[in-house]
Amino acid sequence: MTTSTPAPELAPRLSTASPATRAWRRFRSNKLAMIGTTIVILLILFCFAGPLVWVTDQVTVSIDLAIINKPWGTPGHPLGTNNLGYDILGRLMKAGQTSLIIGLLAGLLATLIGTCWGAIAGYIGGPVDAIMMRVVDAGIALPATFLLLILSAIMHPSIPLMIVVIGLVSWLVPARLIRAEAITIKTRDYVLALRAVGGSHTRAVARHIIPNTIGTMIVNATFQVADAILLVAYISFLGMGVEPPATDWGAMLTKGIDYTYAGYWWLIFPPGLLIVITVCAFNFIGDGLRDMFDVKGRQS
Amino acid sequence: MASNRAAPAPTAVLANVLAKPEATKRRPFRGSFWWYLIRRLLQALFVVLLVTLIVFTLMHLAMPAGPGAGILGLGATQEQIDAFNHAHGFDLPIWQQYFNYVTQILQGDFGDSFKQNMTVGQAIALRLPKTILLAALCMVIALAIALPMGMFQATRRGRLADYALTGVNFVIYSTPSFFMGLLLIVVFAQKLQLLPATAPAGVPTVAYLLANPRYLVLPVITGSLGTLATFSRYMRSATIDNLSEDYVRTARAKGTSKSRVVVRHVVRNSLTPVIAMLGYYLPVMFGGMLVVEQLFNYPGMGLLFWRSAQQADYPVLLGCVLIIALATVIGSLLADIVQALLDPRTRGQLQ
Repeated sequence: MTTSTPAPELAPRLSTASPATRAWRRFRSNKLAMIGTTIVILLILFCFAGPLVWVTDQVTVSIDLAIINKPWGTPGHPLGTNNLGYDILGRLMKAGQTSLIIGLLAGLLATLIGTCWGAIAGYIGGPVDAIMMRVVDAGIALPATFLLLILSAIMHPSIPLMIVVIGLVSWLVPARLIRAEAITIKTRDYVLALRAVGGSHTRAVARHIIPNTIGTMIVNATFQVADAILLVAYISFLGMGVEPPATDWGAMLTKGIDYTYAGYWWLIFPPGLLIVITVCAFNFIGDGLRDMFDVKGRQS
Repeated sequence: MASNRAAPAPTAVLANVLAKPEATKRRPFRGSFWWYLIRRLLQALFVVLLVTLIVFTLMHLAMPAGPGAGILGLGATQEQIDAFNHAHGFDLPIWQQYFNYVTQILQGDFGDSFKQNMTVGQAIALRLPKTILLAALCMVIALAIALPMGMFQATRRGRLADYALTGVNFVIYSTPSFFMGLLLIVVFAQKLQLLPATAPAGVPTVAYLLANPRYLVLPVITGSLGTLATFSRYMRSATIDNLSEDYVRTARAKGTSKSRVVVRHVVRNSLTPVIAMLGYYLPVMFGGMLVVEQLFNYPGMGLLFWRSAQQADYPVLLGCVLIIALATVIGSLLADIVQALLDPRTRGQLQ
């Protein structure tokens, strides 16, 4: 930080703001990303703080005809109740917790595994890289939904299991993207300099390769969260989701399908719309972040 | 040429060796189409081996004691199960079982179903054509709309039309296909009563479905929407990449009209990477069919898989996964070969 070389004429527009501040400014100027972020914050508040305000019993099953299958607008049940007497509004909050927790953590896990795998493969190169990437090819060839269904048939699906399993089937695309970046980063001068002064390979990967892929990581993680939330819904639709009394938006929607012809739309539309809004919001954020970091995401 | 190779990083040498074309007078074999083809074939073979290894591992996770108990049913005694497992080699060392498994697959034998009185191969052969029919229709319709749409968006980049279509794309992409299908059922089957919401009862043949296309309309619309959103996005970004290429500027500088540059040059160059995606898209496509078939009770492989999952019919489940994975490996191999033939630049960039 020498002050003797300010050279303002060479860098007239150099901002004094920190890189983080500049990144935040660029993110804030992206309308779509800001809308997405706002929606996600509201959704998190709705699902996690909502039950503190709107207290409902989501465990006790009722067979009382005065309570079950009430339409929307029933006093005390603004969105009605389902066939077990659960309040739909309260259930949306509880189901949202499951969808969001699984989506966020599975997306994070997938990105972490993918980043480490891709960075190591790209950095080492040669036959090791070739074998590691063939493993990725094999994983991509296996259909994720089918695998999830088999694994849920073998093991009883719980929230932690769903996170691990969805993470394990979704790390492949991030691995490819990060590997491609690692291959270019490892030839940069700072990595060569580190190796020249005797820095270890581990240090090169952990301190230089991975931190420099942060843009790709963040962008991809956001898209992974969106995809994971959809995947949770699909698994629930196929009847292999989390087990009752736990539920998620996909499971709520699926249970409502039986009542489509009865016209009980309040069982179907609220969870369906929440899935669409949530996945859209994460995709908005991902798109905004991609413009901000100027990286290519969502390729292959 | 030699000046290009000044002081490569020690770690980068290995990775760069294959990518660097040798500067010889004869046309080098490295970087040629045949060089590419041989390497790509070897890769695919290795991936197939890995796929069988993963499916074999899953099989042992699902059936640690061998398939004897599942095939013989609940009435079988432990002695009978042991005898069955012994007779079929399921008590051999694990590597020997894997070897037998690969040999069986090479002979087209995928094992026997637990619940249906037929082999896995027969069960899948009965259902697969109907899924292929559905998937092919979805794919053709989705691409027929998505590719022109992506191109159109790219040429109108940043204008209202692009934003509007991107917005629609976002919503379609973010909607679970079963929710979309449900909305279609409510509108077209329940309210308007125009189209049937389920496939005909029994097990209709491909010929029957083709003769009665009204049963296909809603499943095909539902199944094609996600693909449409995905591929118009690919096509848009591929076209945008190509529009900034030097050859576009050259053609424009020589006086070619903008529309002619797009039609004559950009379309072809943008299509190749998108076509190459088709192979890798197969598992996603089959995943989509799984959901569509379950929603519309369409008697394809997806429904077979779903029913088998409910009954824990592991040989059928793993047979389906294996077939889709093999189809994907072959599909992406073919797509890559087509791309290498069409666009020589991609031959060097073997992943």
